[in-house]
Amino acid sequence: MLSFFTKSRIRGGVHAEGYKELTSADKIVSTFPLPKTLYIPLQQHVGKPAEPLIRVGDKVLKGQLLAYSQGLISSPVHAPSSGIILDVNDYPAPHPSALPIRMIVLETDGKDEWVKSKIVVDPFQLTPEDISLRVGAAGIVGLGGATFPTAVKLNMGRENSIDILIINGAECEPYLSCDDRLMQERADQIIDGVRLMLHGMESDRAVVAIEDNKPQAFYAMQTAARPYPLIEVIQIPTRYPMGWDRQLIRYVTGKEVPVGCRSSEIGVTIHNISTAHAVHNAIRKGYPLVSRVVTVSGGAVRRPMNVEIPLGTLISEVFKFCDVDLAQTARIIMGGPMMGDALPHTGLPTVKATSGVLALTESELKSTDVQPCIRCASCVTVCPAGLRPVDMANNIRMNQLDAAVDLGLKDCISCGCCSYICPSNIPLVQYFKYASGEVVARQQAQHKSEQTKRLMDDRNSRMERIARQQEEEERIRIAAKAERERIKAEQAAAAAEAVAQETLV
Amino acid sequence: MYVLSAIVCLTLLGLVLGLLLGIAGKYLKVESSPIIDELESLLPGSQCGQCGFPGCRPAAEALVDGKAPATICPPGGSALAEQIAALLGLDLDLSAVKEPELLVARVSEATCTGCTRCFKVCPTDAIVGAPKQIHAVVADACIACKKCVEVCPTECLQMHPVEVTLRNWRWTKPIAVFDESETGSALC
Amino acid sequence: MMVNIKPKSGAHIGAKASVSHIMWQVMLALMPATIFGLWLFGWPAINLFIITVLSAIFFEAVCIWLQGRAVKPVIMDGSAILTAWLLAMTLPPWAPWWVGVVGSALAIILGKQVYGGLGQNLFNPAMLARVALLISFPIELTTWANVSPLFFSNSPGLIESWHITFSGIDNLDAMTGATTLGYIKTEFSQNHLLSESLKDYSGLLNFIGWARGSLCETSVVLLAAGGVWLVRQGIIQWHIPASLLLTVTVLASIFHLIDDQHYVSPMLHLSSGGLILAAFFIATDYVTSPNTPTGQIVFGAGCGFLIFVIRTWGAYPEGAAFAVLLMNSATPLIDYYIRPRIYGRDRQGKPLEITKS
Repeated sequence: MLSFFTKSRIRGGVHAEGYKELTSADKIVSTFPLPKTLYIPLQQHVGKPAEPLIRVGDKVLKGQLLAYSQGLISSPVHAPSSGIILDVNDYPAPHPSALPIRMIVLETDGKDEWVKSKIVVDPFQLTPEDISLRVGAAGIVGLGGATFPTAVKLNMGRENSIDILIINGAECEPYLSCDDRLMQERADQIIDGVRLMLHGMESDRAVVAIEDNKPQAFYAMQTAARPYPLIEVIQIPTRYPMGWDRQLIRYVTGKEVPVGCRSSEIGVTIHNISTAHAVHNAIRKGYPLVSRVVTVSGGAVRRPMNVEIPLGTLISEVFKFCDVDLAQTARIIMGGPMMGDALPHTGLPTVKATSGVLALTESELKSTDVQPCIRCASCVTVCPAGLRPVDMANNIRMNQLDAAVDLGLKDCISCGCCSYICPSNIPLVQYFKYASGEVVARQQAQHKSEQTKRLMDDRNSRMERIARQQEEEERIRIAAKAERERIKAEQAAAAAEAVAQETLV
Repeated sequence: MYVLSAIVCLTLLGLVLGLLLGIAGKYLKVESSPIIDELESLLPGSQCGQCGFPGCRPAAEALVDGKAPATICPPGGSALAEQIAALLGLDLDLSAVKEPELLVARVSEATCTGCTRCFKVCPTDAIVGAPKQIHAVVADACIACKKCVEVCPTECLQMHPVEVTLRNWRWTKPIAVFDESETGSALC
Repeated sequence: MMVNIKPKSGAHIGAKASVSHIMWQVMLALMPATIFGLWLFGWPAINLFIITVLSAIFFEAVCIWLQGRAVKPVIMDGSAILTAWLLAMTLPPWAPWWVGVVGSALAIILGKQVYGGLGQNLFNPAMLARVALLISFPIELTTWANVSPLFFSNSPGLIESWHITFSGIDNLDAMTGATTLGYIKTEFSQNHLLSESLKDYSGLLNFIGWARGSLCETSVVLLAAGGVWLVRQGIIQWHIPASLLLTVTVLASIFHLIDDQHYVSPMLHLSSGGLILAAFFIATDYVTSPNTPTGQIVFGAGCGFLIFVIRTWGAYPEGAAFAVLLMNSATPLIDYYIRPRIYGRDRQGKPLEITKS
């Protein structure tokens, strides 16, 4: 079976230095002290933000619904602990700009008291629709970083009749080891989550793909999956970005997802192992998604670890617990070092997508000493999407965005391989992110300009109509006046005539 | 003899080709007026006059006549300059182009008297309200032409920069090689 | 609290490679062949090599200074040194000093800086300079010194070498001769057949490099070893050298099998002139070669084809420099037409059809 998969189905990618050993050997720490305040963003997922249904001053229990999902693609938010709602307002978001976003501020009471929930005895008696419903109600989103609502994906899977469910255990980002530890310690729960997902999608084959730099996780998962012939656990080569869903789909099934399609359209769905774990918690234990395992690592972290934290914990609290040397920290990163976001400060909350928080020292960072491009084409070689970053960046530098779009700007996945490998330290990914944003901005400007013209045309024609109307009224008025005068004159004439006749008589 | 035949051949060739070119020039002539329309449709159409011409149509005519550079339109910024240059096949020097600061009009509720003068001049009907009631600006429709600012008797209508939010935040363009003055991150 | 002034995008970490690292690795790979070549042709060769490299550094520094940029980091990236190094390797070993200086000036100023500096040039600077020199100074560029290794009796001493470098070779006939390819070309022009012209030819000596030729391009073994090491290090890709050498070998084999009196054997092709140097170190120049693997194969094959054609039917005995320059000019075209297939799209850039089993 394995020999079947050794066929080369990987394109591009880099062998990034792992640094996973900083955290991968130790157990997940579950003694994180409950923070005094939690900041829970209303949008921690792709789609519409959730709508709050609590008021300031309300007392809530752990797991209680704070904001409900609105619209088809959205996800609810739950209280990560018990306490009192302090505020619902704009606070800095965990985003490179740290611009404000709507958040619920919760003051914890230290009791960490769960809300009561009914537990299903045998979830396999539930209908698949019911599974999706429960997964959606638990606020589960793709925990690998995509944060697409899982329930929506399960529904799409059911509608498209999925042949194969791929469980992504690649964890190809350097430094991160939270999935690795989760697989080692909670393999049974993950496998159970996978079975529930299969049930929810009415599908009967799952492949758990784990990079071969995590042998212990592989053995643990294999052991856990042994009783279930529907679930196959395989090892895949270690090569970033193996965890890119489309790369993994190509590797496992040999099929490519056409541009503009969802993977379910070719009969494949992919979920992260943390998501499977969250599904298990939601359905077996009735726990909504209120905490997650986060890798805290990097050269400036004195106690690197995988730690389970309530969602909404500020990074500053996490850093305090892990003893981060802020003087040594050159960059704070949420997520992995390849695709993660650099954050401007530590006063930002962790969210559902936070797989890691890294505090990297200057020596760990890619040099910012930009040299001229020598066209070495390493970026072309490593691009997993088959793009030519060198030419795209050159076009963008010359402000020829249309040319960059022609070269495939929209197919860029920002995986960072080109930036990683570039010997001239050119920030290629930033060029592409800038250009993508600029293209959208220009489209919006174009759209607005068209709208403006329409509005002005409308206004002009209205003004003309009004003017015409007034003119018409004026004309009628003048005509009426003329008529009146004519009648008056006639009458006067008639009168004069009468007088004349009278005098004649 | 050879010389003569060569001269005759080449002359005939020249005449025939010249005739062909002349005919082609007459029949395949590109009408020049559509380009003015096309240009005018590219321009914002707000008739703001910042270019020094009385409106977008005269500006488009000046562009076609070569009397104005591709960078004529300040509100259009470099994006528009590029489109114009591409359409007219002009060389482009973007060094003098300043990206337009995005502005939007806003009514200060405290001083608005509901005089309705502003929404009478608004070319896009972006200001709504009724006499003796506070007016409001529909930000999506505002084109920052500043006409309302000029007529407002109480100076309650002011232009403000468009607020940066997570929805319209964009990555900046990386600084090109050699003028990188800022290095890494600063701690404070 | 710490504040980053400007948001930086990923990847936040990076491979520990830099431009200068790449340049120095290439120089390291050139080292064995260079040392062998310098030893083989003695002090005059060493003089020429040093003069060429130093003048390249000088010209680069002047150009950068004129642009008002910091000179030191640009010199330290090693690109000018590497260009001069490659140029020196292809010069006749006992060429006078001004050949090196003029060559460096052509390579750095005309070949590189007028295009806008590193990474902007269309043509390989070293080859551009070499071709310009060959056309301008045909005598100096085709005067090949005899093999006269250092510490052997016929090798000129230090003082004598200065004389050779700065005022020319006194006893031309005794000290110089023709390269194998040049000799064959001359013999053909006198209607001699290969079997007579190649009476004294030794394949083995040619492979080691014990033959007349350019400064450091004679030793096939050492150059190939350096090239293979570079491929193993991942500095260059295998595509260009492989397709170039394969094309020359296949063409030479075909013609040699058809007529072995007028077409030299593939082994002789591989072992003479600058073929190996061009295949591994010159055609693979990042700046002037295509950036997709398929494009590189086309480029390499084109170089190989042109080298064979020029060597066999052209006016010059060796065609590597011309071939590389010609293919350099085709690089933008190759890059335009040969693009990698984008994930989820076909070669034309249209989205793939949905295939559901």
